[in-house]
Amino acid sequence: MLELTGATYRYAGYARPVLHGVDLRLDDGEIVGLVGPNEAGKSTLCLVASGLAPASIGGDLKGTLTLDGTPAAGLKTHELAARVVVGFQNPNTQRSGIAATVFEEIALGPMNLGLAVEETVARTREAIARLHLESLIERDPQRLSGGQAQLVGIASLLAMRPRHVILDEPTAQLDPAGTRLVGEALRALAEAGTSLLIAEHKTDLLDEVCGRILVIDGGRIVMDGPTATVFDDPRLHDLGVEPPARARLARALADRGVEPAAVTAALAQGLGA
Amino acid sequence: MLPAAALAGVGGRLVRISLLLTLPIAISVVLVSVFTRAGTTVLFTIGPFDATAEGVDFAGQTLVRLFAISTSIGLFGLTTEPRSFILDLERRRLSPRFAFVALATLEAVPAMVERSSVIASAQRARGLDTEGSIRARLRGILPLVGPVILSSLTEVEERSLALEVRAFGRPGRRQLLWRLPDSGRQLLARALMLGGLLAAIALRLAGAFPRLP
Ligand SMILES: Nc1ncnc2c1ncn2[C@@H]1O[C@H](COP(=O)(O)OP(=O)(O)OP(=O)(O)O)[C@@H](O)[C@H]1O
Ligand SMILES: [Mg+2]
Repeated sequence: MLELTGATYRYAGYARPVLHGVDLRLDDGEIVGLVGPNEAGKSTLCLVASGLAPASIGGDLKGTLTLDGTPAAGLKTHELAARVVVGFQNPNTQRSGIAATVFEEIALGPMNLGLAVEETVARTREAIARLHLESLIERDPQRLSGGQAQLVGIASLLAMRPRHVILDEPTAQLDPAGTRLVGEALRALAEAGTSLLIAEHKTDLLDEVCGRILVIDGGRIVMDGPTATVFDDPRLHDLGVEPPARARLARALADRGVEPAAVTAALAQGLGA
Repeated sequence: MLPAAALAGVGGRLVRISLLLTLPIAISVVLVSVFTRAGTTVLFTIGPFDATAEGVDFAGQTLVRLFAISTSIGLFGLTTEPRSFILDLERRRLSPRFAFVALATLEAVPAMVERSSVIASAQRARGLDTEGSIRARLRGILPLVGPVILSSLTEVEERSLALEVRAFGRPGRRQLLWRLPDSGRQLLARALMLGGLLAAIALRLAGAFPRLP
């Protein structure tokens, strides 16, 4: 379990905090979505929840982060890395720049952990299989398309086999097929007991995989609830978050006086006939 | 050096590369030493310059040395893949951080060449002049230098974070995946070469080889 309580965070050299009293709890096997307008503090929350802020980038954090009962405050960055990983939105900065092949790139994390060769290879193969990257393993990581690079970046994190995974816009460069692939991989991870926090503008993906949604605005959590409840909330639109297609369709039908349940029933009947 | 290169199947390329590398220096060495070295035996005279036998001797010795240096460097370059070389050094207790810097530099060079050509085409697309006189080019490039450097600086922080997430800062050695194939005969060859080197140094110190005048 990853738990962040009363987090107020200020970047180094800035007078005002960007996060204000944020509480976040990720249970094992849970996928939580994080949405909010630009500048709301999603990326900052990802950094704080992974312990990199302040451990690595400095700044001032009030509040506590605990990882499976261990306070994160005393951990070094490589100790944090064995427990929680975070992926950033730009796949180019995710690349190590020292690997000649995609396989080596994905293997880099487990290698750094000092694992035995067989274990490193097993974890790397597993991560490759999860994202169906078999056809890319011999390729040069510098010569991938944006979407391929993003998948390789995610696989490099999964090869660490972390207990907690935090992803900041993991599908920004992905086409619908790639997005679906990531969705499936995330669900499989959660089934294996990993907890995940996904910051995304693509609410359709979150609608499919998340059990719970957090809405952040101005550095504060303004909504927190089950996925369907949050995405059907009319306030979402005013917060600059586009609800998933399913919720928009339901709303449009309701506005025209059609009960969504009636549509579902009619569809089921039509398909059955 | 040449039989070794022939054995490695790069003999022809090695000779071509070494000749290309040494030719400019070789020509100037020959001209300067043959005509300007003081000596008693004058072979022939061109204008104010006398070609001396001592000069020819000196030029010959220097050429042989030049060729020996350039063929050994060339043979190393032609037969050694830099990546494997660095990774093998890391296996032999080179600092992982040093290996990282060396590998990152290796990988970055082609990327940088590519990037600069992309930037140049972007400049042309915006109507900036990247061809023509040097001044015109500078004027075209200067407005882009700032943003390019700044954007790569902000990327640096994210890059180092991404490396830390993958436990790069962990003290101790990482487990390398591959081991270069090595054989008893290669080991023997290396030992013989080292022995030869030591013997040559000893002989040189003992004065068994002539010094250059
Ligand atoms: N490294 C930094 N140093 C100082 N301030 C920062 C830094 N990164 C972000 N901020 C500020 O923190 C606030 C929240 O930014 P953040 O990147 O967390 O937003 P976001 O929700 O991820 O936005 P987006 O949807 O555009 O990715 C912004 O006002 C931003 O200017
Ligand atoms: Mg962001």
